[in-house]
Amino acid sequence: MTHLPYVMAAYALGVLIPTTFAVAAFLRMRTAKRRLAALDHRRRR
Amino acid sequence: MVEAGSIVATPPGKRNPGRSLHRFANPGRFLRLSGAVLPWLAISGAVLTAIGLVWGMFFSPADWQQGDAVRIMYVHVPSAWLASAGYLALALCSVLSLVWRHPLADLAAAEIGPVGAGFTALCLLTGSIWGKPMWGAWWVWDARLTSVLVLFFLYLGHIALVRAFDDPQRGYRSGAILALIGVVNLPIIKFSVDWWNTLHQPDTITLTGAPTMYIGMLWPLLLAAIGYALVFAAIVLTRTRAAVMERRIRALLMARADELPS
Repeated sequence: MTHLPYVMAAYALGVLIPTTFAVAAFLRMRTAKRRLAALDHRRRR
Repeated sequence: MVEAGSIVATPPGKRNPGRSLHRFANPGRFLRLSGAVLPWLAISGAVLTAIGLVWGMFFSPADWQQGDAVRIMYVHVPSAWLASAGYLALALCSVLSLVWRHPLADLAAAEIGPVGAGFTALCLLTGSIWGKPMWGAWWVWDARLTSVLVLFFLYLGHIALVRAFDDPQRGYRSGAILALIGVVNLPIIKFSVDWWNTLHQPDTITLTGAPTMYIGMLWPLLLAAIGYALVFAAIVLTRTRAAVMERRIRALLMARADELPS
């Protein structure tokens, strides 16, 4: 395969950048969901 | 004559678009709907992207001129389309925010900005990686490349402006105005390869004409593009859900602080 390092670098970025955003968004949502559930629970008591 | 500030009822039979849009401004309804859609978006996006990229890498033919470097296209072209489409979505949210004061549009716009900037950075980086073996340079001040760089700076400007004010509403409003001004850059990006003599190749896929690309390359490209678009939507939806929950958390904490005896 010609230009393999260039192709591999582009593919690595193409996987890495969206995955980073996806994982960060998921963790942020999970944290928010937990905090909200804890606050709602405390409010109901 | 209608005086400014007076309330006028919508005549029966006439639909008020702002009113129907506000049905989706209810945070509870948004969280319910988006929660149902999100897993499907994320899974189908990841699967289609993986199929498109694997097909493009191993099963699509090499280009007779560019060799295997053409495989960079399966990452570069979808990210370029999404960079522009993301900005268009940002501008649409800005219109919803400025005209109809739609509260979710403000949050969505603030969450589209960083994701759009990420995909624009991906487009610029993969373009640079493609440019080195083909043009012999990582970067040239070509009209297409420069206009996409301007788009990247517009995204960064929007991100900074939205967060620059103590009052979030002022930030959202200023960001919306910047987003609408920046829309002028989208046709410049699209037609830059026609208006100027650029090193960047002209479009091989257009909305009106038949693609000039071999079908064995077109299919993986379209699959990767649809997959990346779904992933983009899933990320924005997840971030917007988080933003809605964070706003609710702030409201609860403020309410509790008010209840405390002074």
